[in-house]
Amino acid sequence: MAIGVKVMNRPLERVSYIRATLSGMAVTLKHLVDPHKVTMQYPETKWDLSPRWRGTHRMLTTETGKAKCVACGLCPTVCPANCIKLVPGEDEQGNRFPLVFEIDEFRCIFCGYCQEVCPEEAIHLGRHYENAEFDRASFVYDLERLTAQTHPVSELWDPADPKGE
Amino acid sequence: MSSVSVVALMDLATWFPRANPQLEPTAVGTFVLASAIKIVVVFGVYLIGVAFLTLAERKIAAWIQDRRGPNRAGPWGLLQPVADGIKNFMKEETDPADADRWLFLIAPALAFVPAMLTWAVLPLAAPLPTPWGLIDMSVANLPVGYLFTLAISSLGVYGIVLAGWSSNNKYALLGGLRSSAQLISYEIAMGMSTIPILLLAGNVSLTAIIQQQAHMGWNVISLTVAWFTFLVASFAETNRLPFDLPEAESELVAGYHTEYSGMKFSMFFIAEYANMATVSGLTATLFFGGWDIPFTQWDNVPPWTWLKTLVTLAAFATKTGFFLFTFMWVRWTLPRFRYDQLMSLGWSIMLPIALGYIVVVAAATLALDFLGVARGPMFSLALLGMNVVIITVLLRWLDRGKLISPASARVGPTDLGRLRARGLDLSRRALGAERAKLRAIAPPATATVTVPALDAVEEPV
Repeated sequence: MAIGVKVMNRPLERVSYIRATLSGMAVTLKHLVDPHKVTMQYPETKWDLSPRWRGTHRMLTTETGKAKCVACGLCPTVCPANCIKLVPGEDEQGNRFPLVFEIDEFRCIFCGYCQEVCPEEAIHLGRHYENAEFDRASFVYDLERLTAQTHPVSELWDPADPKGE
Repeated sequence: MSSVSVVALMDLATWFPRANPQLEPTAVGTFVLASAIKIVVVFGVYLIGVAFLTLAERKIAAWIQDRRGPNRAGPWGLLQPVADGIKNFMKEETDPADADRWLFLIAPALAFVPAMLTWAVLPLAAPLPTPWGLIDMSVANLPVGYLFTLAISSLGVYGIVLAGWSSNNKYALLGGLRSSAQLISYEIAMGMSTIPILLLAGNVSLTAIIQQQAHMGWNVISLTVAWFTFLVASFAETNRLPFDLPEAESELVAGYHTEYSGMKFSMFFIAEYANMATVSGLTATLFFGGWDIPFTQWDNVPPWTWLKTLVTLAAFATKTGFFLFTFMWVRWTLPRFRYDQLMSLGWSIMLPIALGYIVVVAAATLALDFLGVARGPMFSLALLGMNVVIITVLLRWLDRGKLISPASARVGPTDLGRLRARGLDLSRRALGAERAKLRAIAPPATATVTVPALDAVEEPV
């Protein structure tokens, strides 16, 4: 039977099968009856997200319910993934507002630059991760969708500890 | 045909006459109807039970791994098997283009049927008294029940081998081949380990074996070593870890059922659990007294009552359930044996132990009979004493400092030259002596340089 299996030079004196099996079974039985289980019952209980968690976006609104965005164009400029589409408009008073504001969440890399660069504190990343959709098109969030989001927004950094130390 | 005889044919009382509840019915009609009812009830319960075993397996796996397991479908996940069943029905049945179509279709059934057939002869409880006579609580009370189980359990391998072969897939084929070699090897150890039972019972009827255990004490006491051999062999027979070589997902994708999907795969899955249930039931019957309740003769003697039937049924279910749990417990404890270790364990350890034990038990039985010890609890205790001695010896000698491994590394040319220069022969004894000499003269650090090669060389076969 020269099948050329590499045979290790094991410490033979301590080899046992039955006793080792029994001690192994004692270990597994201990875990079997241990009432402490690590499974989190997901939809009922959820992990606490870090305040710096960077999830899908949310557009904050003014008291009148309008988006805070003034269509300055900083966020599409700074966006490294080029996932923000912005078409600016202007009303009769000369106030700029976004005619189109779309974020492709598939292209987004969740770097947080848009939130960081926004002078009006309008666009924010969210502390949120339940993003499932039934089709790809739904992952392009338009302005209506972004303003309708209600989840808490990311802090990006802790003001008391800006360097994350 | 006259109208009178038609009425007579319609008359249920002639087909199913009232009889003494404490005696076996003699009427053919009663026998046929009782058998039909038993078939439906037993296999209905059996299949549902097997479905729930899949849930039990997942639950136990989860608990052992500090998880909670399936708990979404129904209370405590009790509807999980139903959900799995629906899922498997909805799935696409893939049909490999180059498969042997008919064998591919028939293999899942072939894997499944033998497991159910074996269950048919197991006595499930004490006989049930009814107004139509005493109904035996096994589907078919065969006088050769033990031989039947041996014969049928060997057939289970056909399903696996044919599945592996007909899939036209190299991994499936390897799984099938492994399984045939494994099952044939362990079949022998399994059969041999049960011979001592026949020596004690003097009968091949499972009912007689249970009666003997009720009288003498369970066979696990008097035949502990045979039980252990049977246990190990039954793990191999059911392809359960640590012997699930036919599946071996880490090396063979999924083994023999790689190409199967949907309900056909589900059949293999059910067959595995059905086999487990059957082997557990068989262990309970052969070594743990079947439906016997220990420390009392109340359940073994007439008059038979419904209560006795129910209580003994519960006893049998408890024993079978315990072994089912053990199967799962071991599965989530041990890793898989290597293939050559498996073969070596089967042929060079299990079989000799089983054979030797037959001789020992036969001799002990003869000696005890000669000494005039009556067949009863004392007889069993005497055998138990002997078993304790044998087990101590086996544990100290066999299970200490020995590796199960016939795999031999080829001796490299340089090592071979060195060995020849020393004038060594490669027999095991010579090697052992050489190793001992090396250990004696050289410090361990230098010894390890030479020892691996020596260690690896086996006696030429």
